[in-house]
Amino acid sequence: MKPAEFYQRDRTSQPPALTPDYKTSVARSPRLAMLSLQGSMSEVTGPTFGHSDIDAIDNDLIRNYAKTGDPVGERIIVHGRVLDENGRGIPNTLVEIWQANAGGRYRHKKDTYLAPIDPNFGGCGRTLTDDQGYYYFRTVKPGAYPWRNWVNNWRPAHIHVSVFGTSFSQRLITQMYFEGDPLIAKCPIVATIPDPRAIDQLIAPLDLNAAIPLDCLAYKFDIILRGRRSTLFENRLEGN
Amino acid sequence: MAQPLNYLNESASQTAGPYVHIGLAPGAAGFDIYRTQLGEDIAGPDAPGERIRVEGVVMDGTGAPVKDVLLEVWQADAAGIYPHAEDPRVADCAPGFRGWGRVITDFDTGLWAFDTVKPGPVMGRNGQMMAPHVSFWLVARGINIGLSTRMYFEDEDNSADPVLNLVEQAPRRETLLARKVSPGLYRFDIRLQGDGETVFLDI
Repeated sequence: MKPAEFYQRDRTSQPPALTPDYKTSVARSPRLAMLSLQGSMSEVTGPTFGHSDIDAIDNDLIRNYAKTGDPVGERIIVHGRVLDENGRGIPNTLVEIWQANAGGRYRHKKDTYLAPIDPNFGGCGRTLTDDQGYYYFRTVKPGAYPWRNWVNNWRPAHIHVSVFGTSFSQRLITQMYFEGDPLIAKCPIVATIPDPRAIDQLIAPLDLNAAIPLDCLAYKFDIILRGRRSTLFENRLEGN
Repeated sequence: MAQPLNYLNESASQTAGPYVHIGLAPGAAGFDIYRTQLGEDIAGPDAPGERIRVEGVVMDGTGAPVKDVLLEVWQADAAGIYPHAEDPRVADCAPGFRGWGRVITDFDTGLWAFDTVKPGPVMGRNGQMMAPHVSFWLVARGINIGLSTRMYFEDEDNSADPVLNLVEQAPRRETLLARKVSPGLYRFDIRLQGDGETVFLDI
């Protein structure tokens, strides 16, 4: 039996390996063409995770590293669904996030930015989507921060997002940006994405309906992973 | 105008950046937050098969080690079975075998290593057996979208492997072979660019 194929990745809307305005990519980008491979068992399978792998508090960045109180910053909920390209929710998939604190500083031994570490903020979270593909986190809005590329580059506020899906070929890491941030249009890392619509898809809108009055704001961020067709033995060519 | 197809489009990738460890391996970032770090034990204690260690370095186009890369690996058990519902033999997968690992480098040297069992051959497309292999996925600062490749073993019969044989320039197949250093120890260096550039896969 042939495994059901995933739709081929649309490389015209994904960033290419070599993007010279993002300088670090120059020496880290393959120059030869990738070998395109039809999916075999090794690609259509992938790791699975369960509730025994994580703890309930792991998705609450306001509480999961708190030592003496809550972290400083604008309290937000980030929520949305993990969907495939057919629009179906992907249940029970692992979503992991990491981010700088409200001042733009990461809790990482390699980060030396002068903004202070927040003693109550770790900066990472993880969760499993529910049976509809829905997920949520509670955190504080990260700050912008400078980085060495050109002499005066600043990253827009962003949250790194890692998602698995159901197969190793769906594995994806991306970044979520915040609606209205003027630094998005100035960022060489954002600009590695050649398709403006694909950039828009990474910008989370303010979602007042999901905000909690007198407590925290909310942003909505849907993540789309590659879709898949049916097996050749089912007489349906679209989706499964 | 034709009717719209109304498919959604895969979200664009963005680099994992230099601080990927915070999210995916916080212990390596220098702090303790989760009860468990994921991907540290690939095979579990009870899976049968040859216990092996694989080590290597990822090098950039100047030959320098990439010290902030994060690798993930995915493999079948010693009988060639994936712990996943779509493997028809999943019920016979080795007990406790996860098949997935997350691998961090030494920040000073760029050397990485993982322990596992050697995978068995896996049935490929159209009934063609694939030689034992481990799938790799690499992310790092400067890598805009995760890079996929496969590692095979130089001491296995790879002559009929349908993926290796798809590589047009036969010498490039060597870039996908782990070298046997000593019993139970393999070396697999990955070159992102330049002489001996590893074959990367668009899977």
